[in-house]
Amino acid sequence: MNTYAALMLFQHAYDPQAPVHGAPWLWFSIIKILVVFTVLMVTIAYLTLAERKISAWIQDRHGPNRVGPRGLAQPLADGLKNIMKEETYPSAAYSPLFILAPVMSFIPALITFAVIPFAAPLPTPWGLVDMSIADLPVGFLYILAIASLGVYGIVLAGWSSNNKYALLGGLRSSAQMVSYEVSMGLAVVAVLLLSGNVSLSSIVASQVATGWYFFPLLIGFFLFLVAAFAETNRLPFDLPEAESELIAGYHTEYSSMKFSMFFIAEYSNMTTASARLTTLFFGGWAVPFWTTVDTAPWHWWKTVITLVCFMIKTGFFLFLYMWIRWTLPRFRYDQLMSVGWKVMLPIALCYLVVMAGAILALDAAGVAPSARFGDFVPTYWAILGVLNIVLAVLVFVVLDRGRLVSPASARVGPSELAELRAMATRGPAPAQGD
Amino acid sequence: MAIQVKVLERPIRQTSYVRAMLKGMAITFKHLTNPHKVTWQYPEQKWDLSPRWRGTHRMLTDENGKAKCVACGLCPQICPANCIKLVPGEDEEGNRYPLVYEIDEFRCIFCGYCQEVCPEEAIHVGRHYENSEYSRAGFVYDLERLMAQTHPVCEMWDPADPRGE
Repeated sequence: MNTYAALMLFQHAYDPQAPVHGAPWLWFSIIKILVVFTVLMVTIAYLTLAERKISAWIQDRHGPNRVGPRGLAQPLADGLKNIMKEETYPSAAYSPLFILAPVMSFIPALITFAVIPFAAPLPTPWGLVDMSIADLPVGFLYILAIASLGVYGIVLAGWSSNNKYALLGGLRSSAQMVSYEVSMGLAVVAVLLLSGNVSLSSIVASQVATGWYFFPLLIGFFLFLVAAFAETNRLPFDLPEAESELIAGYHTEYSSMKFSMFFIAEYSNMTTASARLTTLFFGGWAVPFWTTVDTAPWHWWKTVITLVCFMIKTGFFLFLYMWIRWTLPRFRYDQLMSVGWKVMLPIALCYLVVMAGAILALDAAGVAPSARFGDFVPTYWAILGVLNIVLAVLVFVVLDRGRLVSPASARVGPSELAELRAMATRGPAPAQGD
Repeated sequence: MAIQVKVLERPIRQTSYVRAMLKGMAITFKHLTNPHKVTWQYPEQKWDLSPRWRGTHRMLTDENGKAKCVACGLCPQICPANCIKLVPGEDEEGNRYPLVYEIDEFRCIFCGYCQEVCPEEAIHVGRHYENSEYSRAGFVYDLERLMAQTHPVCEMWDPADPRGE
């Protein structure tokens, strides 16, 4: 009887469907940090294997298959190798920053994951536990801020190495990040317009209520995708490392675990970017066509299913990263800049105006975001989606006229062509100053 | 101005980035799912050697387990790489046999002349290629080692059957 009373008291004090608070909140946060960090590191280790396997399969090879069954222990062997390797400190390098740089790129890459909600809340006897390490009210702004910090690691690595190739890599990286951050931020404003909140958990919740944002914000999604590739320095935007021209660029002088840190940073950036794409445009942890799972009351099996769903979506984007890496060649530097400033930025600006206008018009017409056409298709979602498809067709038809990326073989006007041909027949132009 | 570049006027379908990109991604995905991989899984899966493959040497033995070699000295004579070392000996019955017979597999160019010239069909080049050692000295094969080899020997070029059929 006494126990029962205690239990009732306990139940009274801690409602499983109310957010957890007090000391249990602290404990749960610590547990979440440990679990997320571990899972993230293991995922990153296996992403390196996945990258090598996918590249191999795309090139009709087998990939690493010697360490462990089907090569599954390869990441362990790689890690061991990296730890055992000799650390080199170039005598010309500026040591404090040389040592700090890998840390500077490693930490922002990891802490970005803190705000991403990766599953439905988990009810425990102590209350409802959010399945994100910290559900910041300014979640998205935090991501933008921390993602920009990643460039410091690369620039500092490039500068402190005292190596011209590394410095060029660092310079390219900073130029690239600055250029693409602008259009990334603008592309995401449309998401914020639709959800009306910058906290990632409420962005997910509003996607559950009104349909996923990739369709009503199709162009925004593409802009964000391209910018995310540029931000993570992955092909076709891997100019900072550019093996063929810069000999691995900013991490040329690094060896052993310090090199490994840059590698881990790259892959955790990829993971975070994929998780960001999932959260902002593909409903986060939401399971499609199954609203029971996506809404309260919460239950542990809902958490499990949504976690798996989140992993599948993030995994898809990670695969997309690799697939594109092994398909597309690297941009030239002028192409990179022209895509960033002359294509992405104007499109993002115009798109923002058009979407804001459309949302304003829909609100003025009295279409509620949760209204459903024929009890299934969300009206708001469908109207914006159709608008986006029309815009996307326009954008691609207009821009895909040989001008989207300034090509090696430009389409030139007839008069210019005649001039060029005349020049060619005259032979080499006299050198300047003759 | 460095405009000495040949500029071609190309149709849109050649200068379009998006279409080329999608086509490329379709191609890579096709290869990704293609189960036919070109890599040979070497230690498990080995190349079929030609019957005329000239590899690691082998000294054949007679029914008594002795080397067939009579130390005539033709093989060190014809060897273009000068990799065969032969010191002849003679037993009390007047039969010649090799006291020392060594082939340096590193110097050898695997021309197969030793096999062609051998009147006793004793020394052969073999259908075998996996020789690895920890030291260079390990590549000098002595008589015992040459006799211990078990791989099939090379079938030399036959004028009656020039294509090896």
